[in-house]
Amino acid sequence: MISFSHVSKHYPGGREALKDVSFALDAGEMAFVTGHSGAGKTTLLKLLAAIERPTAGSIIVNGQNIGSLKLRAVPFLRRNFGLVFQDHKLLFDRTAFDNVALPLEIAGYSGNDIAKRVRAALDKVGLLPQERAMPIALSGGEQQRLCIARAIVQRPAILLADEPTGNLDADYAASIGELFRSFNQVGVTVVIATHDQTLRAQLNPRVIALKQGSIES
Amino acid sequence: MKAWLIQHRRGLRAALARFAATPLGSLFNILVIGFALALPFGFYSALDSLQTFALHGLDSSGPQLSVFMALDAGRDDVTKIEQQLRQNQHVDKFHLVPRDQALQELKQSSGLADVVDSLPQNPLPDAFVVSATDRSPAVLEALRDEIQAWPRVDHVQLDSAWAQRLDALLRIGRTAALLLAILFAIVLVAVTFNTIRLQILTQRDEVAVAKLIGATDAFMRRPLLYFGMVLGLSSGAAAWLLVTGGILLFNHELGTTLPVAITSFRLACPSSGPSLSLFALATTLGWLGAWLAANRNIALLEAESK
Repeated sequence: MISFSHVSKHYPGGREALKDVSFALDAGEMAFVTGHSGAGKTTLLKLLAAIERPTAGSIIVNGQNIGSLKLRAVPFLRRNFGLVFQDHKLLFDRTAFDNVALPLEIAGYSGNDIAKRVRAALDKVGLLPQERAMPIALSGGEQQRLCIARAIVQRPAILLADEPTGNLDADYAASIGELFRSFNQVGVTVVIATHDQTLRAQLNPRVIALKQGSIES
Repeated sequence: MKAWLIQHRRGLRAALARFAATPLGSLFNILVIGFALALPFGFYSALDSLQTFALHGLDSSGPQLSVFMALDAGRDDVTKIEQQLRQNQHVDKFHLVPRDQALQELKQSSGLADVVDSLPQNPLPDAFVVSATDRSPAVLEALRDEIQAWPRVDHVQLDSAWAQRLDALLRIGRTAALLLAILFAIVLVAVTFNTIRLQILTQRDEVAVAKLIGATDAFMRRPLLYFGMVLGLSSGAAAWLLVTGGILLFNHELGTTLPVAITSFRLACPSSGPSLSLFALATTLGWLGAWLAANRNIALLEAESK
């Protein structure tokens, strides 16, 4: 499903974010990318979602080589992913419902389809009662769950999460962890960049440990 | 096909929602562009009316040719010219002014009776007054040159100099209208560009997020392009209303202040051809401004969000 081979990423100015990283994930696996701040976790996720391009090496996702992907094809690649961000990246000018509906609108679903799927996703994360709420009225944990609902509403094959429990207290973090586990159980490949040890203990995933841009063995 | 339709309907709806979200700002935007378009469009409409008036309204017989025979031309020569005029397809009607009659008229009208009486002989030639079937200067001039070459014709005078002068003035006017139109077309594009640019900047979060979750550039652009088109079309409609309203008011004033006998001049309301052109042009220019702004600013935001 996902394979990195000898991937390096240099940023202009000489910083080397990733050095010769190779690993492979099968469909339906759950993996944590761990390491200190600056170890390259976020860069790895950005490369996966084609937000950044690798300087060297090749990244294959679903049989597509991301490094040589045409710019026009990038949006369609991204629709295979559900993205969960540490800062949620919710849109504060619209309701919870409309936030979750955005990926479906982008993909061109009809209104009825959208309503059905959005309610299913909101129900899954326990936010159905708040579908009319504006994100600002939601707690931090609820905002993160809303972000997850938006990530899964299109039933992506791969879920990418960057520090999903970064700002949450333990109870919230555990419920988020359970959500990820349930998606993984229905066959979604889950990649989470985190340094949350509790979450790791809870889910017991495969671990890709990064240290200064290289995989620790 | 269905998804495509859904996307376009959604784009148009999003654009209209943006108009509705800022009704006052949108209204002023439409008015600014509407006024800008009304100037050249109104100017053009007025010129159109003036031209129609110049060609048909002022003098029902139109420009005339005066054909003067040679002084020593005889009856036979005059008859020959008469026949030739009758056969010429460009000649609508004509009448002969015999030299004696011309002298009588001169005597009566000019108050020069004494002088005329003292002349040893009639200094005036026989003359024809000719109206042409066509009123365009080119045809009239050709006809003049043709008659000039006929035997015993001394001189042909085309009394359409005023028409030519007016025609030249109208041509200058039309060039001015065109220049104005180009200037204000640029204004329209610039205003749309700026409006859309601001819109993108206020929606930078939305643009960034949408791109992250798989929005194509076309998806981001679509509501903006519809916004530009709706803005252009509304402005075109505003310009049309302004011009038509202005013309009706002007005609009303003419009707009340001037006696009917003096002039029958009226400005014509814009006809369907120019009106449709105005709407089409305004819509296209709005689209262009939006397209330029969308392409430039979406790319800028994308580069920035990395």
